[in-house]
Amino acid sequence: MILTVDHVTTYRYSAPVRAMVQSHRLTPAQFDGQKVLSWEVAVTEGTPGGAFRDGAGDLIQGWTVVGPIAEITVTVRGRVDTFDTAGVLRGHRATVNPCCYLRDTMRTRMDAALADLAAPVLDEVGPDDPLTRAHRLSAAVSDAILWQPGATQVQTTAAEALTRGAGVCQDHAHALIALARHAGLPARYVAGYMFTGDQPGEAAHAWTEIHIRGLGWVGFDPANRCCPDARYVRLGSGLDAQDAAPIRGIARGGADESMDVAVAVRAAQQ
Amino acid sequence: MTTYFNEMYQDGAVRAPYARLNGWTNAMPAELRQMKQAEAEALFRRIGITFAVYGEGGDPDRLIPFDMFPRVFTAAEWSRLERGIKQRARALNAFLVDVYARGEIVRAGRIPARLVYQNEAYEKAVVGFRPPKGVYSHIVGIDLVRTGPDDFFVLEDNCRTPSGVSYMLENREIMMRMFPDLFRENRIQPVDSYPEILRRTLASVAPLKCDREPTVVILTPGHFNSAYYEHSFLADLMGVELVEGQDLFVEGGFVWMRTTEGPKKVDVIYRRIDDAFLDPLCFRPDSMLGVPGLMDVYRSGGVTICSAPGAGVADDKAVYTYVPDMVRFYLGEEPILQNVPTWLCGRADDLKYVLENLAELVVKEVHGSGGYGMLVGPRSTADQVEAFRHRIEADPENYIAQPTLALSTVPAFVDQGIAPRHVDLRPYCLVGERIELVPGGLTRVALKEGSLVVNSSQGGGVKDTWVLAE
Repeated sequence: MILTVDHVTTYRYSAPVRAMVQSHRLTPAQFDGQKVLSWEVAVTEGTPGGAFRDGAGDLIQGWTVVGPIAEITVTVRGRVDTFDTAGVLRGHRATVNPCCYLRDTMRTRMDAALADLAAPVLDEVGPDDPLTRAHRLSAAVSDAILWQPGATQVQTTAAEALTRGAGVCQDHAHALIALARHAGLPARYVAGYMFTGDQPGEAAHAWTEIHIRGLGWVGFDPANRCCPDARYVRLGSGLDAQDAAPIRGIARGGADESMDVAVAVRAAQQ
Repeated sequence: MTTYFNEMYQDGAVRAPYARLNGWTNAMPAELRQMKQAEAEALFRRIGITFAVYGEGGDPDRLIPFDMFPRVFTAAEWSRLERGIKQRARALNAFLVDVYARGEIVRAGRIPARLVYQNEAYEKAVVGFRPPKGVYSHIVGIDLVRTGPDDFFVLEDNCRTPSGVSYMLENREIMMRMFPDLFRENRIQPVDSYPEILRRTLASVAPLKCDREPTVVILTPGHFNSAYYEHSFLADLMGVELVEGQDLFVEGGFVWMRTTEGPKKVDVIYRRIDDAFLDPLCFRPDSMLGVPGLMDVYRSGGVTICSAPGAGVADDKAVYTYVPDMVRFYLGEEPILQNVPTWLCGRADDLKYVLENLAELVVKEVHGSGGYGMLVGPRSTADQVEAFRHRIEADPENYIAQPTLALSTVPAFVDQGIAPRHVDLRPYCLVGERIELVPGGLTRVALKEGSLVVNSSQGGGVKDTWVLAE
């Protein structure tokens, strides 16, 4: 499936800022599930810094903008040919040891309610069948947290989202990461895009990858009750949403910042 | 009753390296000694070398006590220590290169994956990046204790930013000023080349992209940091700029320093701030101490950070137990310096032993430092031991235990005259293109009678450390 991505982020400042620095994880890697046909990232008045591929296989690129400037736009445009690999991340080059993804973070910390959510699954499915465990944990997250845009915020933790019983893809991903790590399975947050067609959903999307012995990393998307397929474009991964963020940035100059994000993912006409 | 090795007196005789000091102290009347002690204190106060004690409140400008009685090593003693220290520094760096690449030592089953990859100090962000010359830890501080004429043990390794080297230099400076005769009578190897060797070491690991004489800076968290004096002292002696995060910025794949003549490119940053605060775009987003975008420049080869981010995974107290194995695994050599036998409370058998013998052991937190959060069993009350037992039981993974070592003593000036006090030693090994060690280090002394805790935060003092020429 050939998908086109248009992703525009606009930062507006209440007063011009002196400078802005960003770190981007905004370029998809090549692997069996996706082939990048064209990809371009542009930053208004921006100077690109050094680029490199990190140990997780993600391309990282620094940017700086020297002000004074009151509005900065980050534009991402590209075409990707995607293939359904049933969620299995094959042919993706990475050197980070999966054990690194057993460490928890503030956003993915377990609490008693999350442990209760995992308990029946872990009782019924033994540790010798990690794939079934992962599927069942993912289903448990889908059942416990309803998809409801606006129910949570960027800082919401997995435990808070479960208490609320509602959230967005970020919350689903965090909750599943917490449960998987609790079950001793390395798990990570994946940021990317999704083609939703006429269905409601999030074009700027996030899901979870769980490391299954024998298979490697396998994607699970509790928000859509499925594993990633040809509708998904994978950008990069991390321990949680902050660690995997496609854009991390900071402006110097002390003005208030507002941010607009517009993402469109279309299926190209064959 | 434990007997302690006294480095000056053995079997009623004065050991050779201290021969000339015997006459020196005998000839010094008490009034002169008090006068000299006051003079030393005034000198330290004047140069502003003070030490703020974490978490204790009180006077932040308290002087660290200086004991005028030097500690002496022969050239032969030092030569063995030097080989052992350099060997250890090479092994620690080889380990760091390995665990951020293929992790051969883990694959070979020589160290558990969990200890490395789930370690808080392991930085996933630098996996796959090889720092210039393959060096992660450029200044390795190795804490040593002695229990006999030829018995030295490594207490811990410090691979991040070991502090205290300014005391090594100042102690020598002050001793030379106050007792010039001593330095004529004894052939003492100099330590004053340290700042120049440090500068050369840092310059030798400049990025490949640097095509001129490298610009080196020291990055400090600021004047409120307890080691700020040392940061400015070293910058001064090396002739490099002392900067804070706000003095640096990132642009076009390089790091720049703001100067009155405009931006100047920086090639090597000797940072004295922790990984977590280096770059809000990679680590803690709320950090104001670091430089936004620094890690992207670092990882794309635009600047070198010393010590390399992630170096801390080699000096954690649980990883410590595996350092002798690192020496064998990477260097194919037998370790010259021994570890102190260590029980990891995270292991069931070890925990059982520790809890059964708590009153005899020293117990430390895995990530603790500065002598805080530790139990010295034989010096504690039964209540203190019991209280500590509960802490260990609540979180065994967080504790290690070691036997109470019979730390050697060196004479120290005390109110009653001269008395033996326990000491340790921290030499500073420099690793760049070459591995170098100045003949000396920081001797810390537990000035409280009977105390085995030498940390300055716990009433410890410092001494000048001599290595005699052949």
